[in-house]
Amino acid sequence: MRGIERSLDQFKQAGIRPVAISVDTPSESHDLQQKAGYSFTFLSDQNTDAIRRYDLVHKGAGINGGDIARPAEFLIDSTGTVRWVNLTENYWVRARPEQVLEVAKLLK
Amino acid sequence: MTRRINWPLWVGFVLSIAAFLTYFFVFVEFPVTRDFPWANLLLFVIALACIFVGVRRGFASDRPHPVRSKIVTSLVAIVSVVILGLFVFTIFVVGRWLPASKGAPQVGQRAPEFTLPDSNGNQVSLNELLTTPINGNAPRGVLLMFYRGYW
Repeated sequence: MRGIERSLDQFKQAGIRPVAISVDTPSESHDLQQKAGYSFTFLSDQNTDAIRRYDLVHKGAGINGGDIARPAEFLIDSTGTVRWVNLTENYWVRARPEQVLEVAKLLK
Repeated sequence: MTRRINWPLWVGFVLSIAAFLTYFFVFVEFPVTRDFPWANLLLFVIALACIFVGVRRGFASDRPHPVRSKIVTSLVAIVSVVILGLFVFTIFVVGRWLPASKGAPQVGQRAPEFTLPDSNGNQVSLNELLTTPINGNAPRGVLLMFYRGYW
């Protein structure tokens, strides 16, 4: 997400809105945004509603054994259609902003 | 008898701790050193080379306290190798402990709708994210990034 923040201008130019989603509370997300200087949108999915709908629940992987989201990225076009998916197989390997921006060029 | 410090051994030991920690505090920030931890593995190689030299020195017959030297040398070497093992385990094994997410939306499918509070407590829907203008223009898309969270 640091990479996304660094490339935020390019995302804006491409008309792509980055949105982060986790089980963190709104105030925890707010603290993270302040601390890390993230200016894009953070959504709070404490009951894993969206996380479940996207089949990304990582059962019991939270610090208190709670359910959390596994890392994943989706690029959704303005019609609401998924245009690109990244379900990493290794927690430490993530999509790079350049990859997403490359795909974003293909969107109308 | 004067105590002679086995420098290569201790340098190697400190280096192997650094090789472990710097991934999470430094190298994880950069995709090139994050996706594959070659910088850290390189540090481990240097650390273990130092320790190898240190072990030879620690087991040399001219040590002032040969028994103590052998015990300390062996322990430091073993702990260093364990640190390397832990690193490899964390990155290449634990990192893969993720659900398969076979039911995740695929390319071409409709993205499931949701409404969630943002960090200011305002309810935001996917539809709003897709329609609220960016710099005065209609968005061309939304990049959803699901992450573990910081609890």
